Amino acid sequence: MSPTDEKPIDAGRSQTDAAPELLKVRALQKSFGSTRVLESIDLTVTRGEVLVLIGPSGSGKTTVLRCLNGLEVADGGEVSVAGELSIDFGTRPGKKELAALRDRSAMVFQHYNLFPHMTVLENVVEGPITVQRRPRAEATAEALDLLDRVGLAEKRDSYPFELSGGQQQRVGIVRALALKPQLLLFDEPTSALDPELVGDVLGLMKQLALEGWTMVIVTHELQFAREVANEVAFIDGGVIVERGAPAHLFSAPQHERTKQFLHRLLFPF
Amino acid sequence: MDQSAWNLLLSSFWPIVQGALAGTIPLALASFAIGLVLAIAIALMRLSRIRVVSGIARVYISIVRGTPLLVQLFVIFYGLPSLGVVIDPWPSAVVAFSINVGGYAAEVVRAAILSVPKGQWEAAYMIGMSHRRALSRIILPQAARVSVPPLSNTFISLVKDTSLASLILVTELFRQAQKVAAFSGDFMLLYLEAALVYWVICLVLASGQGLLEKRLDRYVAH
Repeated sequence: MSPTDEKPIDAGRSQTDAAPELLKVRALQKSFGSTRVLESIDLTVTRGEVLVLIGPSGSGKTTVLRCLNGLEVADGGEVSVAGELSIDFGTRPGKKELAALRDRSAMVFQHYNLFPHMTVLENVVEGPITVQRRPRAEATAEALDLLDRVGLAEKRDSYPFELSGGQQQRVGIVRALALKPQLLLFDEPTSALDPELVGDVLGLMKQLALEGWTMVIVTHELQFAREVANEVAFIDGGVIVERGAPAHLFSAPQHERTKQFLHRLLFPF
Repeated sequence: MDQSAWNLLLSSFWPIVQGALAGTIPLALASFAIGLVLAIAIALMRLSRIRVVSGIARVYISIVRGTPLLVQLFVIFYGLPSLGVVIDPWPSAVVAFSINVGGYAAEVVRAAILSVPKGQWEAAYMIGMSHRRALSRIILPQAARVSVPPLSNTFISLVKDTSLASLILVTELFRQAQKVAAFSGDFMLLYLEAALVYWVICLVLASGQGLLEKRLDRYVAH
């Protein structure tokens, strides 16, 4: 899909407020049992910008995303979104606070996690209709519009198993967009795809970035990060080792661990 | 087969079918419906993180599976009156069979819920669903597909188990056969006839299972 000859996908609430920082994370901590996954994570994402998280497996980058969507509850630290919602994980947040946090972001999963018993259209409108209680006609029209823009309008009545991996992931992205979140979270969205299908999904994500969506992306696609990210953060051992503009971080990494990691990605054998 | 045996078969056929229509089938349907609701509740309790709750479910399942159905039936019909609780034959049977199905099917439902990938819960939470809504909209519909074959087994067993209700005076298929047999003295013929009617009912159920599986499989790759 070319970003130039298509109408832009509505960036929802992400352009309405003027506060420059959409997401602020301070001293986020998380342990699983006795294993400390996140030591202390600090992040800031400016409205309309793309942050890419890279790092070795087990470094905690996916856990950061999951904490932002409330799929994991952090043990300590603070997350604030758009300056209007602030959650202190030190004082065990309640269900309401977590729901409010979840409400502001939407996640795209590595394995798509589409609902297999629902058609493509039903997958997309499930959140808007049954959770957000929006009128069915309106939600359906918007969903069809979004599906049309990712080239899947004719698949509206197909079940997920009838789609290719790339198509399923595009539906996953549309399902996230339909929730009209302020923040889009991507957890290795192309890792489960066959190589020839990766381009479709990355292309769509690039278009979303150009349209001003605020995104946090965990990925190993360095070329994509270089092109699309405003900032790249390298996470290892539960801390952000290094962060910066992609061109800078990739060409002149400061820390030894960053150098080693990038080297391994560029020269796997 | 001589003429008198043939006549006996014909004359007993209607009372036996009547026993099936008025006894066996409604008894099985009612007990299965109530038992299934019970099973879902017990399965959810069993999966609860609250220890006491899952403990209660565990004990329930253990007792139901660890004691004979006939004993359960007798405790309810012949035992409870000594505590002042007198229940008619029909409701006694429904209570006993429902409790029994609840125990067995709970394990089926629990396994089916656990078979739904964790990512489905996460996607449901991600779009903003509560635990309860995720369960009813996303998890249970998927668990239903997995549990149709084992639940069909439970149902078919139940249909046959309802013959035990004859021992607490419920007029059902087998009791009708017993009555005619006692009257005519031809036990072999009448009990085989009863067996044949049970078999036909179960054949119908099995084909129903096939249709249901086909319908629920429409969203699965083949």
